[in-house]
Amino acid sequence: MKNLFGELCKDYRFKEGFHNCINCGTCTAVCPAAEFYRYDPRRIVDIVQTRDDDKIEDLLKSETIWYCGECMSCVTRCPRGNGPGLVVMALRDLSIRLGFFTESEKGRQMLPLTHIMTGNILKYGYCVHPETFRWEDHKESGPVWKWHTDHLEKSLARQGANYMGDGPGILRKIPQESLDELKAIFDVTGGTERIHIVEQYSEKKASQMGKSLQEYEKAAFEYCSDKHFNR
Amino acid sequence: MIYEGKQKIWSEYQKEIPDDNWYYVRSCIRQNFFPASERMFTEISRNVLGKDIYETPHHTTCGGIAYHCDTIPQETVMTIVARQFALMTEAGYENYCPSCITSFGNYAEILETWREYPELETRIREDLWKACRREFKKPKYLAHTSDLIYHWRNEIAVRAKHRLVNRQTGESLRIVEHIGCHYAKMFPSKGVGGAEYPYVLAGMIESWGGQVVDYPERRHCCGYGFRQYHVKANRSYSLSNTYKKFESMEPFHPDAIVTNCPGCPYFLDRWQYVIAEQTGKTYGENGFGIPVLTYEELAGLVLGYNPWDLGLQLHQVAVEPLLDKMGVEYDPEAKYLGLNRENILRPELPGSIRCF
Repeated sequence: MKNLFGELCKDYRFKEGFHNCINCGTCTAVCPAAEFYRYDPRRIVDIVQTRDDDKIEDLLKSETIWYCGECMSCVTRCPRGNGPGLVVMALRDLSIRLGFFTESEKGRQMLPLTHIMTGNILKYGYCVHPETFRWEDHKESGPVWKWHTDHLEKSLARQGANYMGDGPGILRKIPQESLDELKAIFDVTGGTERIHIVEQYSEKKASQMGKSLQEYEKAAFEYCSDKHFNR
Repeated sequence: MIYEGKQKIWSEYQKEIPDDNWYYVRSCIRQNFFPASERMFTEISRNVLGKDIYETPHHTTCGGIAYHCDTIPQETVMTIVARQFALMTEAGYENYCPSCITSFGNYAEILETWREYPELETRIREDLWKACRREFKKPKYLAHTSDLIYHWRNEIAVRAKHRLVNRQTGESLRIVEHIGCHYAKMFPSKGVGGAEYPYVLAGMIESWGGQVVDYPERRHCCGYGFRQYHVKANRSYSLSNTYKKFESMEPFHPDAIVTNCPGCPYFLDRWQYVIAEQTGKTYGENGFGIPVLTYEELAGLVLGYNPWDLGLQLHQVAVEPLLDKMGVEYDPEAKYLGLNRENILRPELPGSIRCF
């Protein structure tokens, strides 16, 4: 596909977030990611603004589009009504659809992220769920969280939750018919296809890298090279 | 600036918040990390103030976190939201209040996008019908649950058993307010006070006797960053942003922090623990951290609820220094007990930050 700019223009977030950048750098100045990573949202919008498909393809294969935290602080401050965060969302979407995300270390994180998020939604009806948010993967949550998860049902009962129970309430079990509706929504709107795209391109890349898919996913979730940081 | 001009600008950032009859949807993150906060919202709104807050067990995630982790297409998140609206319509409500800031931003973004691109709304209606055989009306009013507590803040103040005042000195407690980014950064007109001067939490603090702390990084993100936390390899992004905020607020000696976002209280609480473990540095007095509360937890303390019914035992940063300043009575031995005072052991204590 080579009308990459044209593809971006079809994205509603791009329509909203990409107007006429004057390269003032306000977005970069307020960006939490720009301080931490070697990241410059001003530069991203500037590259897109060239409408040069070769440059846009490089961007879609790069680390840089995965550094944004989507806090949208840039949207508030841009003096020209642009939303670099929205442009990044459109770039990521296109990178995933074309399989370019596997070309970067941060892009390859799409596999574990997709499994965590869509797995939770389709199985439990939540984006985050106690069955999968394990203390072992989140030791920063502290000893209090280890205690909480070690005594999950009793601790949640003390908090007034209706954990995996029928009826309304905190962390209730989402009825099966509602989960079935979520699955149908995924099927109709491209959510299911998106999962398959991420898995297929990831499998291909894992094979190229000489890794099993499990090794690839673990590395994507845990490994962080030094090249990303502002120092 | 001329006073009238200032008033006019301010009026543009006020929002109409109906007093009653709200359709309530829960937050994925808050149900996990601060479950008792949601319990306190329904307790205060229904049982203390007598409001009609309706919830159906059939509502689900809005998909907002998955969307901002780039794992589901925009059309998918929009259709999940359309289904949520259909459930509201079927229940006969038109005022919609999410407990989550990511959700609130998600709903605001979707409603604005549909307003600007009606053909997209038409497509989503078709998708929803195809997938679920449901139809919906859009909410007449959209408010975050912190908007509602803000709206009721003076009714709460009237019933206050404790105020945000240091019992020993008589001085107003110094409270940092941290607003979730997606509350108003994308659509300033959707939040009370807009993005630059949000008043939703400041209004509560002032109404309940506290003083709001202003500090340089007041509007900086807590560092959640969606994928920047959910992927283990990225978490130092989240930690670094929280660190930046604490270094900025430290000289102002806050007594507590109050937040209106699901993730922010978790990160501002837990990263204090990590900073202490890594560097030995703590930001509160005498080796404690700065307690971080949700607005329902703060409202619950003001109204005189038992801190352990509010779930304050799930914080890693000890809340007792704040309780002592406010004069809140509590039973230290009951902190980690289960229902009916069942012994479910106690967590280990961290090494570098004081905790009970």
